[in-house]
Amino acid sequence: MQTEIIIAGFGGQGVLFAGQLLAYAAMEEDKAVTWIPSYGPEMRGGTANCAVVVADEEIGSPFVKHPQAAIVMNLPSLDKYEALVAPGGVLVVNTSMVDRPCQRPDITVVEIPANEIAERLGDRRMTNMVLLGGLLAQLPVVSMEAVDKALKEHLPERHQKLLPLNRQAMQEGASQPARV
Amino acid sequence: MAKEMMKGNTAIAEAAIRAGLDAYFGYPITPQTELLEWMSVRMPELGRAFVQAESELGAINMVYGAACTGKRVMTSSSSPGISLMMEGLSYIAGTEVPMVLVNVMRGGPGLGNIAPAQADYNQIVHGGGHGDMHPIVLAPASVQEAIDLTVLAFDLAEKYRAIVVVLIDGSLGQMMEPGELPPMAPLKTAIPDWAVRGGDDGKRRTLSSIYLNPPDEEVTNLRLERRWQEVQANEVRYKEYYLEDARYVVTGFGSAGRIALSAVRAARAEGIPVGLLRPISLNPFPRQVIADLSERVEGFLVTEMNAGQMLDDVMAAVAGRKPVEFYGRMGGVVPFPDEILGEIKRMVNGQVPMSGHPRDRWLERMPRAN
Repeated sequence: MQTEIIIAGFGGQGVLFAGQLLAYAAMEEDKAVTWIPSYGPEMRGGTANCAVVVADEEIGSPFVKHPQAAIVMNLPSLDKYEALVAPGGVLVVNTSMVDRPCQRPDITVVEIPANEIAERLGDRRMTNMVLLGGLLAQLPVVSMEAVDKALKEHLPERHQKLLPLNRQAMQEGASQPARV
Repeated sequence: MAKEMMKGNTAIAEAAIRAGLDAYFGYPITPQTELLEWMSVRMPELGRAFVQAESELGAINMVYGAACTGKRVMTSSSSPGISLMMEGLSYIAGTEVPMVLVNVMRGGPGLGNIAPAQADYNQIVHGGGHGDMHPIVLAPASVQEAIDLTVLAFDLAEKYRAIVVVLIDGSLGQMMEPGELPPMAPLKTAIPDWAVRGGDDGKRRTLSSIYLNPPDEEVTNLRLERRWQEVQANEVRYKEYYLEDARYVVTGFGSAGRIALSAVRAARAEGIPVGLLRPISLNPFPRQVIADLSERVEGFLVTEMNAGQMLDDVMAAVAGRKPVEFYGRMGGVVPFPDEILGEIKRMVNGQVPMSGHPRDRWLERMPRAN
């Protein structure tokens, strides 16, 4: 049993950290997991993505072509990954940053205005957590509690006060409707 | 110890530290830099030596000097930096002092790029430095294996007074995976007999790779060759997957090997009797295992992130008994499992010719842009 997830967006949107949280949570649940970033001469504002594989046996390829799920945080990522999500999979779209609907009829689509929700919560940095919540509601590859624990352990000391807000952001995302 | 989530680069660095590394010398280069960066924080913190040299040439020669004292020493770099170290590596081999080298391979030749590749296989496994020299080469495919083999590398280096290379590609360096680190080993206090120690015991020792009198050099060469025979007899390592009832064998090392595992599982799910042999020691190469497999299976598929370098070693082991096919991606391009699955199916469903070279057939199948 293996689940593959790609998270993609602009550098600075928290793409890599959202993936790491998934990975930490999977480790917390004693699962096999790999996290691999697209690495290169990249910078804030450029495109960034990471692939997370969660499994209950030794993981083969950490590289993923057709993930069961993708979170796309901007339009270039929607353009790239919409077609690649496996049939029956889940696509979580940050509608704040795209100007077109998803066209795939054979996957579950969760469209979330994540920037607006994060801003309403009072911190734009919560965008990734809103989307992560949206993903986990449709594809419970790890429990929200494990993500919560991972956050607690890996948020730097100075950001620990943001834990409740992160939690709230995930819950907001999880309550967003999905289109099956 | 509990598992921790680590990048391959930092896992190797911390494993080396826990194995009792006394001194690290290096120079930054992507995709290896996190290793040096980790050392730069941890080594001074522990009161051990860390030097960022002025270049890779400086670093390898500092390693050479430090290794002569019998201390645990290492350096790390990525492909172009490793090329710069070749002269020093040959001197270290000729002087018979132990060291550990980590090569986090990237796309080449030349400056190439910083994406993952495995194209230094021939350089590392079949020489690089001049003269008859045999580095032990270990190729982990996961963060846990990278930790375990780094610790082993120091033991093997000392046991055989040899260079041990931990050979990974950029993706394993950059990838995070849970791994369990060993407890902190105490620093070595025993000084080997051969080590130079500043005359504290009144004995004069000289370490050098110079044997101006050819028969003396030949004596050294013979000693190194016989020591290598011992390594070949004792240090072959590999991992088998689904080989018990396999009629076809896929083989690849490091990341290519673990990517192939996904393809092999997908093929198994379709009822294709295929297994995977993942060489862990590339030098010594698991030649006998492949020779034995070639007596009972119907064909081999070699998959690498280069133009077929380990392929030559596999072909030598198969020795024409069974067909061998090859699939590689190069230049920092990583194969996806479905490409390898396609190659498995092609091998199983079609007739693989016994004549001609697998590399030529592979090139024929690859797109031609110019």
